[in-house]
Amino acid sequence: MTGLLVEALIKSIVLLLVLLTATAYLTLLERRLLAKFQLRFGPNRAGPLGLLQPLADGLKLLFKESFVPAQVDPIIYWLAPSISMVTALFVYAVIPFGPSIQLFGRSIPLVLADVNVGILVVLATSSIGVYGIILGGWSASNKFSLLGSLRSSAQLISYELTLGLGVIAVVLLAGSLSMVQIVEAQRDLWFVFRFPYGTVAFMLFLIAGVAETNRAPFDLPEAEQELVAGYQTEYGGFKFAMFYIGEYMSVITISALATTLFLGGWYGPPVIGRWLPGIVWVILKIFAGVFWFVWLRATFPRVRHDQLMTLGWKVLLPVGLVNVLLAAVVLALRSR
Amino acid sequence: MTAYLPIFIHLLLAVLLTAALLGAHALLGGRRPTVAKDEPYESGVWPIGSARERIPIRYYLIAMLFILFDIEAVFLYPWAVAFRDLGVVGLVEMLVFLGVLFVGFVYAWQRRALEWE
Repeated sequence: MTGLLVEALIKSIVLLLVLLTATAYLTLLERRLLAKFQLRFGPNRAGPLGLLQPLADGLKLLFKESFVPAQVDPIIYWLAPSISMVTALFVYAVIPFGPSIQLFGRSIPLVLADVNVGILVVLATSSIGVYGIILGGWSASNKFSLLGSLRSSAQLISYELTLGLGVIAVVLLAGSLSMVQIVEAQRDLWFVFRFPYGTVAFMLFLIAGVAETNRAPFDLPEAEQELVAGYQTEYGGFKFAMFYIGEYMSVITISALATTLFLGGWYGPPVIGRWLPGIVWVILKIFAGVFWFVWLRATFPRVRHDQLMTLGWKVLLPVGLVNVLLAAVVLALRSR
Repeated sequence: MTAYLPIFIHLLLAVLLTAALLGAHALLGGRRPTVAKDEPYESGVWPIGSARERIPIRYYLIAMLFILFDIEAVFLYPWAVAFRDLGVVGLVEMLVFLGVLFVGFVYAWQRRALEWE
C-alpha cells in the first residue's frame, strides 16, 4: 500500500512538471512556427533560439499586478481560472504514455491509473472544464466577457456531442472504456485505418477537438474584433495565464487522446514499429498532433458563430450518429 | 478502489499546484487599485448599463438539446462496451432507440430549433 502510494506520488509529480514545461514550450513552439508560416523570425532574443522566452513570459505574468476589478464576484473570479487549469492537469491521470517499463526491478506502467472507465473520466473532466469559462465570463460583470462565455459554452457543449460520438465508435471497436485496453486493441491495426467508420470517427474527433480547445478556426470565444478577449477580458496577470495554460494544455490533451484512441498509442507503424520504444512513438504522435493544430491556425480564417453551430448540429451530429450505427452493423455482421 | 487512489492523489496535487501558483501571484503581484482600473473594460468608453442583461433564448434551447443528446450518448457507452455480448438483439434495440431519437432530431430541425440567425 505504501509502495503504491509513493509510486503514485512520484509519477504524479513528474507528470505535472513535464506537463507544465511542455505547455510553456508549446507557446514558444506555436509562436516560432507561426512566424515560419508567415516568413517572420518570431521570438528569438531570450536565450538561444528564444528558448528562455516561456520562462520570461511566465515570470513576467507572475509578477504582474494581481488585479481584481471592483464589480466582480471575487470568489468565482478566482475560482474560474483554477477550474480551467485543474481540469486540464487532471485529465492526464488516465492517459497512457507507454507500456510497462522495468525500473529498479519493478514493473512500472506508464499510466497513472488504468481504471476501467478511463475514457469516461476524460469526457467528464472536459465537461467540468466548461465551468471555468462560464464562471469566468459571468463573474467579471463585463458585457464582452458574458457574451464570450455564452458563445463559448454553446460551442463547447455542441461539439462535445460530436466528440462523444467519435469516442463511442472507438469504444465499439475496442469493447472497453479502459485507455490501456483501447490501445491494446490497436496492436494489429490502428483504429484510424478501420475504413470507413474508424476514419470518419477520427475526423469527427479532430474537428470537435479543435472546437473544444477554442482554437482557430473555431476560436470564436476570443474573437478580438467583436469581443475584445471574450471571457478573459477582465483577467490579467497569472489568472489570465492560467486560462491560457488550460487552453494550451488541452491542445496537448486532444493530441494525446487522438494518439491513444485512434493512432495506436505506443504501437508504431507496421514495419518500423519496433525501431523505437513505445513512449517515443507516443511523444512523436502527440507532437504531430500539436503541429497540426498550429498549422490549422496558420491556414484557416475564423468561421462565423452561425456557421459553427450549423456545422455542429446539422452536419457533424447526424454524421456521428450514422457512423456509430454503421460501425455497429458492420461489427455485428462480421461476428456472425 | 485502489485503482482510483492515484487519481485522487493526482487531483490533490493539481489543486495544490494551482493554489500555490495563485497564492504566489497574489503575494508577488500586489494590488494597486484605481478608479479607472475598477471599471468594466468597454474599449475605453464609460460603461453603459449593467452586464447582467437578459440572454437570448437560443442559448437555453441549445442547452436543452445538448442535455437530450448527451444523455443519449451516455446510454450508448455501456451498450458499446457490451456490444459483443448483446449480439443482434442489442443492435436492434439500439436501432429502435436511436430511431425514436432521430425522429425527435428531425422534429427539432423542422421547428427551426437549430437555426441561428
